Parts: sequence; C-alpha cells; structure tokens
Amino acid sequence: MSTLAIDKRTLRQDTWWLEPMLVVLGLGAFAVYSTWAALQNGNYYAAPYLSPFYSPCLAINCEHVSVPLFGSWYNWSPAILILWIPGGFRLTCYYYRKAYYRSFFWSPPACAVRDAASGYSGETRFPFILQNIHRYFFWASLPILAFLWWDAIIAFNFGGSFGIGLGTLVLIANAALLSLYSFSCHSCRHLCGGGLNSFKTAPGRYKAWGIITKLNEKHMQIAWTSLVWVGLTDVYVRLLAHGVIQDLRFI
Amino acid sequence: MAEAAVAGNGAEAKMRVWRGDASGGEFRDYTVPLQEGMVVLDVIHAIQAMHAGDLAVRWNCKAGKCGSCSAEVNGKPRLMCMTRMNTFEPGETITVAPIKTFPLIRDLVTDVSYNYEKAKTIPPFKPKPKEADGTRRMYQEDIDRVQEFHKCIECYLCQDVCHVIRDHDDNKPSFAGPRFFVRVASLEMHPLDTDDRLEFLRNEAGLGFCNITKCCTEVCPEHIKITDNSIIPMKERVVTRFYDPIARLLGALGGKKS
Repeated sequence: MSTLAIDKRTLRQDTWWLEPMLVVLGLGAFAVYSTWAALQNGNYYAAPYLSPFYSPCLAINCEHVSVPLFGSWYNWSPAILILWIPGGFRLTCYYYRKAYYRSFFWSPPACAVRDAASGYSGETRFPFILQNIHRYFFWASLPILAFLWWDAIIAFNFGGSFGIGLGTLVLIANAALLSLYSFSCHSCRHLCGGGLNSFKTAPGRYKAWGIITKLNEKHMQIAWTSLVWVGLTDVYVRLLAHGVIQDLRFI
Repeated sequence: MAEAAVAGNGAEAKMRVWRGDASGGEFRDYTVPLQEGMVVLDVIHAIQAMHAGDLAVRWNCKAGKCGSCSAEVNGKPRLMCMTRMNTFEPGETITVAPIKTFPLIRDLVTDVSYNYEKAKTIPPFKPKPKEADGTRRMYQEDIDRVQEFHKCIECYLCQDVCHVIRDHDDNKPSFAGPRFFVRVASLEMHPLDTDDRLEFLRNEAGLGFCNITKCCTEVCPEHIKITDNSIIPMKERVVTRFYDPIARLLGALGGKKS
C-alpha cells in the first residue's frame, strides 16, 4: 500500500520510548544482580535469616539446610536448584511477557509504533508456545512460598530465644509480597473460577475468583514491588553475612 | 493549558491532516478558529466548512457511541469525537491520520471490511434448551462478567493498534483480532451457550498470535479490559484444552465445555 508519508515507523510525538527504556533498565539490573547473587554460593545466610534466592536450600553443603535432598557431591550454588522456579514463573507471567516483548523484543516497542522485526508469529511456535506452561510454574511456586513463610517464622528464633530484628520484618514482607504476586496471577484467576461458565453452581469458587480478580488488577504493581523487595532482601542478608552492617534488633 | 484555548481570544487550531488515497497523498496544514469545548472531530468539520469541502471523514453520533470516527491523532488511535482540543498544548500542531491497519479509501476514511469478514467466521450463540416451564434462566453473577464485553461499539481501534496485523499484513488471514476475542469471550463465558469455540480460537482465530502487549486495552474508548478479561481468560481455556495434560486428565477444571 503506497500511503507514503503516512507509512512512518510512528506518528507519535510523545516520549513513547521512555517506558520500554525504564523496563530494560529495571529488569536488566535485576537479572544481572540475581545472576551474580545466585552464583556466589556463599554469604546467603546470616542467622537466623536465609536469603530468598537460596530458599529452600536443598543441598547438604548449604550454609543453612532446609531439606537435604542433594548429597555432599553437590558443590555448585544451591540457588541454581531452586531459582528456575520463580524465574520461570516470572518469565512466563502474563505481565512480564508484555513488559519484555515490548522492551526487549520491540514487538511492539509501544502502541502504534512499528515492530522491530519484519516477520511475526507471536506465541504460536517454539519457543514462545512454551508460555502456555505458566500454570505449572504457578503450582510449583506454592511450595516455595511455604518455605519462604517458614523462613520468616524461624527468623523470630535467635539461638533459641524469641526476638524480632529488622531482618525478621524484611523476610515477612518478602513472603507476603511474593504470596500476593503468586495469587494475583492470571492462571490462578482462571484456576480459581475463571474457567467456569456459571458461577451460580460454584459459590465458593465464585468468591475466590472475585478476590483474585481484585488482586489481579494490581498484578503489575505487585510484580514490580515483589521483584524489588526480593532483591533487597538478598542484599540485606548478604550485607549482614559479610558483616558490613549489623541487624537492627527490636526485641 | 486550557486558558488559551477558550472562545473569544482568537485562539487557533493548527492541524496537519492526511489528504490522499491508496495511490498516494500528503499531510496538509490547516488553521481554523478554536472554540471552547471543541473536539478533534469539530475541528475537522471546521476544516471541511472553511478550507476543504472535499475532505473525506466518516462520522455519525459525535458522542463516542457509534464507533465511526476512529483516526490516529498525533499517532495515537483515538475516536476524534472523544478527543478534546484542550488536552493539547496551545499552539501545538495536531496530526490527524487515517487508521493505519486497513486499506485507505480517501483522506480519513478506510475500508474496514476485514472486520466484517472476521465477524462472519465466529460460531454464533447456541443456547441450551428451555427449562420445563418454557423459559431460560440466567443469574446476575454470571451476567456481570459478560456485560463488560457488550459495551463494545466496534470502532475497531483495538484492531487498528494491534501489531499482529498493523505491522504484519500477512497475518490478516489467520488472525481475528482483539475485538473478536472479546466477542468470542462473551459467547464462551455465557451461562446459556452450548457451543465450543476453543478449537476455533486456537486455529482459525489465531489467538496464539497475541503476545498480550495490551495496546488494545490501552486504546479502547469503552475501557473494556480486553486483555485481562477476555484474551487471557480465553488463552487459559485454550491451555486447559490443548496444553495442560494434567487438566485434561482431571477433566473437570474448565467448566461445562472443557
């Protein structure tokens, strides 16, 4: 079609590039930090706090063993055993898909701005057809959440006596935010009741669907908040483990 | 911002409007007096009255309900009748172009018959038999969810902004577009409907082409949450049917049709 002057990349004059740029910076920074932290294989436990990047810690060689599934032969970072679950959950998340398709793939970079690639098959082919396994990552994230809550509970235990430190509150907030993120997931919304055509016959699931729907409306905000917080939680535990800072004790 | 744009102070609207047809054309500049409360469509009408009687534009209700005056204002898909002039900076030159995804007829008018052809492919409502007392019953909680989809005015701004067909013309035969995912969702979630459109969604309608970048939701003048409330729920039902062996094994997760 020869529409000439009309056929530009975009006619938008606003700062449409700002949002994708911020997402690249935000997600990029997190990816770099979390990869670095996961490969450290040390300084992830400062009693009684376990970094969420290493929880549950599944190897005998862990600084703090959650479940000893892997024997002493396992010498790599125990974070690798576990991070693929939250990583895969976020990678296949409906919100993050939007964020990275726009920012990293430029498909499209912003609304009414032309795609970078000339061909497009969306999520109909490999590898993007694998996005359909999102709900499996949702299920897999649930036991991880249970461990994170357990970590938060034992963060009240300072060598046998009850206490509350800043780290206790940090771990509780982390478990709460990650729970909100998991339960506000679009797949969770579907599994709770979105797949039904009649709510009348399933009042319990209708109620659950209603609550998840409210949470789901904030999925993007929760995704970012929980992402930043889980990173900061690791930073806090790491700084304690390094002895750079001292834990603030309230009780 | 709005002060300069009120009546009686000689404010002007500087417009750059696409003039031409499928064989070619150009943006032309027009200046018309600006009056309080004007929307972009009013300014286009003023250009018709004062400078270009032959400027082609499709419009009808001027109230955001007929879905006729879709265009791209400063590059953003909008209804011209719902875009107020006082939302722009005074003195700013405002570009008005036809919607890009569909073949241009002339000036601001495009041929949107792609959408009517897609509409014909959707398996229609197929209600279950009447109950013994000769009626059919629906419950409020079941109607609330599909009510949102019935707000669609078929302006096709979502179809226009969707990069699957906007930037890739070759996908048009295999992709129905967000407006029709909304339509299918309203049927699939309908408490009385008995048809099954999941195979249709996955194959003919090309639901998998959508990469949920949400531009359809951003431009919808009726604020239908197209992606969150229709496309993603439909994707999840397709997953249950075609990509989730455990759900298939359990056989009961997807309600009456799955």
